[in-house]
Amino acid sequence: MPDLLLELFSEEIPARMQAKAADDLRRMVTDKLVAEGLVYEGAKAFATPRRLALTVHGIPQRQSDLKEERRGPRVGGPDAAIQGFLKATGLARIEDAKIQTDPKKGDFYIALIEKPGRATIDVLAEILPVIIRTFPWPKSMRWGARSTKSGSLSWVRPLHSIIATFGPETEDPDVVKFSVDGIEAGQTTFGHRFMVPSAIPVRRFEDYEAKLKAAKVVLDPQARKDIILADAKQLAFAQGFELVEDQGLLDEVAGLVEWPVALMGSFDEEYLTIPDEVIRATIRNNQKCFVVRDPKTGKLANKFILTANIEATDGGKTIVAGNERVIRARLSDAKFFYETDLKTKLESRLPKFDQIVFHEKLGTQAERIKRIERLAVEIAPLVGADVAKAKRAAHLAKADLLTEVVGEFPELQGLMGKYYAQAQGEDASVAAASEDHYKPQGPTDRVPSDPVSAAVALADKLDTLAGFWVIDEKPTGSKDPYALRRAALGAIRLIVDNTLRLPILNVAKSALAGLPEKSDAEKVPGDLLAFFADRLKVQLRDQGARHDLVDAVFSLGGQDDLLLVVRRVEALGRFLDTDDGKNLLAGTKRASNILSIEEKKDKRMFDGAPDAGLYALAEEKALAKAIDQVKSEAGAAVQKEDFAAAMSAMAKLRPAVDAFFDKVKVNADEPDVRENRLKLLNEIRAATRAVADFSKIEG
Amino acid sequence: MDALPAHMRPERSFQGFILALQRFWAEQGCVILQPYDMEMGAGTFHPATTLRALGPKRWNAAYVQPSRRPKDGRYGENPNRLQHYYQFQVIMKPSPPNLQDLYLKSLAAIGIDSSVHDIRFVEDDWESPTLGAWGLGWECWCDGMEVSQFTYFQQVAGVECAPVSGELTYGLERLAMYVQGVDRVYDLNFNGRDGADKVTYGDVFLQAEQEYSRHNFEHADTAMLFEQFKMAEDACKKYLAAGWKEGGNQKEHLMALPAYDQCIKASHVFNLLDARGVISVTERQSYIMRVRELAKACGEAWVHTEAGRAV
Repeated sequence: MPDLLLELFSEEIPARMQAKAADDLRRMVTDKLVAEGLVYEGAKAFATPRRLALTVHGIPQRQSDLKEERRGPRVGGPDAAIQGFLKATGLARIEDAKIQTDPKKGDFYIALIEKPGRATIDVLAEILPVIIRTFPWPKSMRWGARSTKSGSLSWVRPLHSIIATFGPETEDPDVVKFSVDGIEAGQTTFGHRFMVPSAIPVRRFEDYEAKLKAAKVVLDPQARKDIILADAKQLAFAQGFELVEDQGLLDEVAGLVEWPVALMGSFDEEYLTIPDEVIRATIRNNQKCFVVRDPKTGKLANKFILTANIEATDGGKTIVAGNERVIRARLSDAKFFYETDLKTKLESRLPKFDQIVFHEKLGTQAERIKRIERLAVEIAPLVGADVAKAKRAAHLAKADLLTEVVGEFPELQGLMGKYYAQAQGEDASVAAASEDHYKPQGPTDRVPSDPVSAAVALADKLDTLAGFWVIDEKPTGSKDPYALRRAALGAIRLIVDNTLRLPILNVAKSALAGLPEKSDAEKVPGDLLAFFADRLKVQLRDQGARHDLVDAVFSLGGQDDLLLVVRRVEALGRFLDTDDGKNLLAGTKRASNILSIEEKKDKRMFDGAPDAGLYALAEEKALAKAIDQVKSEAGAAVQKEDFAAAMSAMAKLRPAVDAFFDKVKVNADEPDVRENRLKLLNEIRAATRAVADFSKIEG
Repeated sequence: MDALPAHMRPERSFQGFILALQRFWAEQGCVILQPYDMEMGAGTFHPATTLRALGPKRWNAAYVQPSRRPKDGRYGENPNRLQHYYQFQVIMKPSPPNLQDLYLKSLAAIGIDSSVHDIRFVEDDWESPTLGAWGLGWECWCDGMEVSQFTYFQQVAGVECAPVSGELTYGLERLAMYVQGVDRVYDLNFNGRDGADKVTYGDVFLQAEQEYSRHNFEHADTAMLFEQFKMAEDACKKYLAAGWKEGGNQKEHLMALPAYDQCIKASHVFNLLDARGVISVTERQSYIMRVRELAKACGEAWVHTEAGRAV
């Protein structure tokens, strides 16, 4: 079956847009084909800086024919109806229609409409220009003389030529005839901009890809990445170094070249006095080059690897020399920034924060730092941190935002603070907190274990959460511009991973008290706790735990010690995996169901202690006894925060509950006995609440 | 082409370098203009670009424009940064289909051979908030160094470009340093001579960099500058209002250029105030807005002038 080859050849497409554009092209063309009843066998799209290409193979030559019967007016019906029928069906004369006899309604005309399938090439000629004109570039532009006309083509950068061929493998394919804004589809492409710029006639994908390769264009981005990575590793290895791999950079660089040539350059060793991260950021962000390290020390070497787009006639000497000059100048700037930063103490930068607004409703950065400081002092004893160190750490943690290096490379915030704090002789924990108080940034990021870092990190996150909660900038749906979900999850991980005991509600209240804005402050702490519960659910679910158990625990109320919540959930999960757990859950649910029905019926609650004098059956007495015993045992275990023991105690309830339901009729005929039994059921529910609200548990 | 004397070759002298670019673009049919006689932050501010980019008439021009960036002064101590430097500016309206090729040929004309140099077009979306302008294009890299900007103007002074112009901006000092192989801008050979006859970039501009850095950062009279900003803003509005022609069949403006001069002036005064550090972050935004409003009003006036309107 025939194949389609499509190439859209343009001026340089931004690297970051190429992968999505290739994907969009494949999706749009194949969706349209399927919508036209043309099912294909396979499709693959490619992008280079100068072209988007698509091959779709195994497309039928034609659409299938469609046959349809359409019922018309009655025989002998009004002329207008008959004329309308002819027009709608395309019949020339009414005699061409069949007549169908209907015993009840008489005779009707029937038109047999045959819609012959169209040739696929004609369908393509119709759909391709529409796809090109409606292509979803993130940003597109007009160009040239035609840009005065309304409806002129918009593309990511000027589009120069289009290849569109269609045909079976065995024959020369045909050009799909269409034009877009004056560009006629044809079968000519062009090779590498500098090395083989000539026009190249192509027929189908196979010769297209091969001819491009001969013309120094590697069409497949993955192939370009493989080449760059292999060559860069080899270059590093040959000199006894190791490439610092960088997927993001590799993706970008592969989108900047059609013919990748890796080359190695070096810089003066004097720049190795700059922190490795600064060197890497300088070389990566500004020059899009890789760095290499010494495998023995793990430290960066004074080398870099660039990816050129040409095989230079001088073997790359000029290119390397040019890049070395630029990198030297860049590193010289970075070194200057770094050394300038070292001359100023972190604390003497702080007054500048008075001028910098953090958020118009949440005051200046200086005010925020003061709040974090106060909160860190409060949290410190709760997490085992030295109060004075936590205070100092919070005082300095944000100061690096005003340094030259962080101004240049915002991604180095925190890390530079640590280096500068170390350089000015701060305590190791205080210095570490500059970097670590931003952590953990995501679910896989490291959680700082130093109590000083943990105190500042919690203070920072809770101030952020409290602040944005008060001004009602909570996350909604997919929108979370202030990364509040991440902050909450970070706080949870800090608490759980470090087994910290933090009354989060109290800390949140304290955070709220320090804020300039007050609104609904009553409601906020509870709201915030619910947000933490939600985040905890997500976190536990991601780890494979049941989120309904989190609800069952939070629903007890007053659960603001996240560590205990997690422990309770864990113990509960284990308990519910046992037979005792499952049966007790079933029994408790049965009790709850009966209660809620009867409560509704009688419009009253059945709380209060049952009257022992009304117990008629042994099972009632046994249950009452078991409840008393479990209540006290489980209660004591919970007091000791031994949730496993609490669950074991709970298990003792099971046989009594089972026996009760087996033998006892709850809705007894005597009203007082009935009431007493319902009260007993209520006691089951109450007893289980020592560990969780069983009614929230699913299953 | 006539053989150039050695001292005029683009790799030998800064002036030869500029002349080679002018000659190249003259060959492509550009009018070669001289710098605009006002202080401005970039060659784009020249009315030959900002205003001529608007309206349907063909326009091809190239010129050198001194660019003043008061904040970039370094008292002559930084090897690359200057508060006054030269941009070479090309505008072609409509953008010709082979503009990228022309650009590469212009590099060849100044001694950058694409068989040994790695030349790249790297995404750069250009936007000038003060001019109410944006376009798409690239930073052009030569061996990892940004040497030019290449932009297809989509909107200038708040007016949609129809047709679209192509704009090229070459950083002359940086390119010349590369071609001459020097690491410090002040070491550039200006006149291409040797020995006692040699004049360097430093001979011409080092003292100026030192003096203007003092001026820009320490002494520029801020009270006067605040006043000047206001005066330029008022004058611009006044000239714009006075320029609309009464009567006639179509709306016509007779003083877009003098009004636009005041917009350029306001913009430069703002840059000076900014360098002096007397404009706060929030005020900064409002100053930029005020200049943009002037630029947009000038653009609107320009498209109702002889050169700016439809034939």
